[in-house]
Amino acid sequence: MTPRRKRLLAVIAILVGVVAAATLAKLAFEENLLYFYSPSQVMAGEAPRGRTFRIGGLVTPGSLQRAEGTLQISFVVTDNQESVPVHYTGLLPDLFSEGRGVIAHGRLGESGEFVADEVLAKHDENYMPPEVAETLHLPTPSRESE
Amino acid sequence: MMRAPRFLVPAAAFAVLVGFLIIGLQKDPGEIPSPLLGKSAPDFALESLADPARKVGSTDFTGQPWLLNVWATWCGGCRQEHETLLAITREGSIPMLGLNWRDDRALALQWLSQLGNPYESVAFDPEGEVAIDWGVYGAPETFLIGADGKVLHKQIGPLTPEIWRRDFLPLITPARGET
Amino acid sequence: MIPEIGHFALVLALLLAIAQAVFGLGGAARGQGAWMQAARSALAGQFVFVAIAFGALALAFIERDFSVLYVATNSNSELPIFYRIAAVWGAHEGSLLLWALCLAAWSLAVSALSTSLQAPFRSRVVGILGLISIGFLLFMLTTSNPFERLVPAAIEGRDLNPLLQDFALTIHPPILYLGYVGFAVAFAFACATLLEGRLDVTWARWTRPWTLAAWLFLTVGIALGSWWAYYELGWGGWWFWDPVENASFMPWLAGTALIHSLAVTEKRGLFKSWTLLLAVTAFSLSLLGTFLVRSGVLVSVHAFATDPARGLFILGFLTVVIGGALLLYAWRAPLMKSTAGFEPTARESFLLFNNALLIAALALILLGTLYPLFMDALELGKISVGPPYFELVFLVPMLPLLALLGVGMHATWKRGHLQPMRNRLLGLALAVAVAALVITGVVYGDIRPLATLGFALALWVMGSSLMIPIARWRARQAIPGAVLGMVVAHFGFGLATLGITGVQSFKVEKDVALAVGEAATIAGYDFRLMELRDMRGPNFAGVEGTVVVSSEGEVITTLHPQKRLYNSGGNPMTEAGIEVGAGRDLFAALGEDLGQGRWSLRIQYKPLIRYIWLGALLIALGGGIAALDRRYRRVVAAQPATGAVAPEASR
Repeated sequence: MTPRRKRLLAVIAILVGVVAAATLAKLAFEENLLYFYSPSQVMAGEAPRGRTFRIGGLVTPGSLQRAEGTLQISFVVTDNQESVPVHYTGLLPDLFSEGRGVIAHGRLGESGEFVADEVLAKHDENYMPPEVAETLHLPTPSRESE
Repeated sequence: MMRAPRFLVPAAAFAVLVGFLIIGLQKDPGEIPSPLLGKSAPDFALESLADPARKVGSTDFTGQPWLLNVWATWCGGCRQEHETLLAITREGSIPMLGLNWRDDRALALQWLSQLGNPYESVAFDPEGEVAIDWGVYGAPETFLIGADGKVLHKQIGPLTPEIWRRDFLPLITPARGET
Repeated sequence: MIPEIGHFALVLALLLAIAQAVFGLGGAARGQGAWMQAARSALAGQFVFVAIAFGALALAFIERDFSVLYVATNSNSELPIFYRIAAVWGAHEGSLLLWALCLAAWSLAVSALSTSLQAPFRSRVVGILGLISIGFLLFMLTTSNPFERLVPAAIEGRDLNPLLQDFALTIHPPILYLGYVGFAVAFAFACATLLEGRLDVTWARWTRPWTLAAWLFLTVGIALGSWWAYYELGWGGWWFWDPVENASFMPWLAGTALIHSLAVTEKRGLFKSWTLLLAVTAFSLSLLGTFLVRSGVLVSVHAFATDPARGLFILGFLTVVIGGALLLYAWRAPLMKSTAGFEPTARESFLLFNNALLIAALALILLGTLYPLFMDALELGKISVGPPYFELVFLVPMLPLLALLGVGMHATWKRGHLQPMRNRLLGLALAVAVAALVITGVVYGDIRPLATLGFALALWVMGSSLMIPIARWRARQAIPGAVLGMVVAHFGFGLATLGITGVQSFKVEKDVALAVGEAATIAGYDFRLMELRDMRGPNFAGVEGTVVVSSEGEVITTLHPQKRLYNSGGNPMTEAGIEVGAGRDLFAALGEDLGQGRWSLRIQYKPLIRYIWLGALLIALGGGIAALDRRYRRVVAAQPATGAVAPEASR
């Protein structure tokens, strides 16, 4: 193979590769970009229906209710302006508690409530200079001593 | 040097990245803008830290601008900003109400006696109920409330003299004029 | 007193690092032997003083000196001594000191073990490493002093986060840092090469064992983190594509591409500029990762210090080091042309594809990690990129990579010569296809196409790797270290793929509500809650459940998941009960009291998950074996290498 043809082949291969990668990225992004909305935004109708997104805020104290003996719970998430009820079936993360930050992942239900398939307790930003070791990683940030 | 411009691509791409990182640094990715800004500060009355029989609250300061500083003994950033708080109080221009958040009363009192007390009075909020009303996400946080009772500014993170001069002072002088 | 000594030691270390950089680079530029020697002495001194500083901090922890702010915020008097020492690197300031120590240690090792390198070249390497040391020491002294005093001293410290009070996680940062920082050596070698405008490839031979060593530490570090997350975090996950995890995975990908590219450059003088760029990139990604974690730019649930001043410093440092290196590259790399040719089926070709695929995966992961930042900077909204994106963009390049790997291992340099292997490889392909179908169809009872493909590719790589030592053994040939290392590492990679395919395709997770005496079933295993009792530990109180697991009526094991409340901190922590088996893990974690006598539990069936970490360990072992190959240990005077090499058997 002549050097010239080899170079041409290399260029073509790179172009193909880049196009393939870009297509892959685009496809992957479309499905998996998670937008974040506050309760105010949700109540204002900014959040999409029928698509998964994240909602976050504080858990309104006194709003946590559990169907006794089952995994079904409901609570209200608020940004001190608006509130959105959240329904979830499953285990709550260790850091979850009323009055604390929370992020729920799911979609809007029929009657404006948020049906979560995942609940993450937002880690308190205590602004302490030494935070948890950088190697700590978790979907449920349960590192917090107070 | 420009024999083959393609060799500059990595450096150019890096420059673009650095640009974004600089912009990113100046934004707070965790920031959910406080919905309280411009609204009336939530009223509250809590036990005073020093004297449980006495009540301390937002109504103590109506008609003048004042500061609410959320702090706790377990909070390292609070320790960092303490000198700044003392300096602000020494200036004497504006009263500061401390909100002791999710803390131990004895430890909090000890802290103040050892490090100095910049607060006009301190409200004791062990359960964090008032903090929730104010949309507090962490400590330290400092609120500036105008003479009309509206929240003018919220500082997330330790206060420094620069932040005080840059963000708070410009708001305080006109605020006082509204009295 | 001791903290002041530590602080002073850091200042001295900084001064010596400056001397190291100035004399190192200056001495080489001016041909001054005395300067170059001075640089090496300065380096030795720097190491000593950084070690003293580190020792001082450790001593402060051991002595429970709560007058040091860092000690007070990361330990208390109840903390056992082992964890007090580990707390040294448990948070931002201390971990920087660990970085500095690792860097000084690697630098000293390079300086000491490279006596047969040409003096100016070695001196440049030492000088560049000095520049990097300056950055870290300066950063510490100006923004993140671990020796800052707390006045008045705290009576009692806060605690080291209970989550960190775990053996695996305490050794995880040092090992990880040895990896990250080790790439600085390759970086320095590359920059020195570019500075000198060297055309020969002795630097490739020199760089390779150092890079392998750094890479193997990084491999172990990442594996440790994953394993720890699995058993400690209570939810059974082993990888989350969190920005901080990605920050360690990206240098690893670059490092993998680098060691393969180095092989080609060393052997045939090809891909020189690519190898140099990869060396710069690997360390750059390490630095970038450091930045991302400490600047608050990315919301990761475990970002370090959200302090813009620190972020700005690191960014500036990053810009100088990486920008400088990339500009150096732009200036010098055009000189590095190679003219040697190779056939499409030659080893070079396979390695080229290998690296292209690795870099594609790396680029896409980098894009996903930084995308939220871009969007936010452009005011386009606050978004996060979820795991499914990363899984997809990593999986797609990996499939062809695994397939090609099985063949490429046997390709010879320059000409390829795959013909003799053809029948054996075809036979292997057939065998693994059948085996994969048996695994998915018979063992797991569900022939899923992607799972079957995954198993087939995993077995393909494993089988193909084994062919090499088997052939050599039959021919009574000795196996050089580099070849054995390659075989072991590739086998490990296949094994890890096997584990990943198994657990991702066939895991079962279920949240259940159980009262004492009740059971739930997943994957043919019954999990029965037998008892719940209150219990206490040295610094915690909690509830322990007894869960008996049986299959087809036979009891297999008893698990003891716990929910703990540590004395020092508020939130409960979950200790999962895990049973390790040859082919699967059984996993139970307590949720909370649901009322009406029921507790929530998460029970999981995790097939083949252990092979992920076992595979990773083998990968690291392979790297170690290759690094210790005798050819690197032979004291060889630097020789210009030519492009032509006798066609040897696979290496």
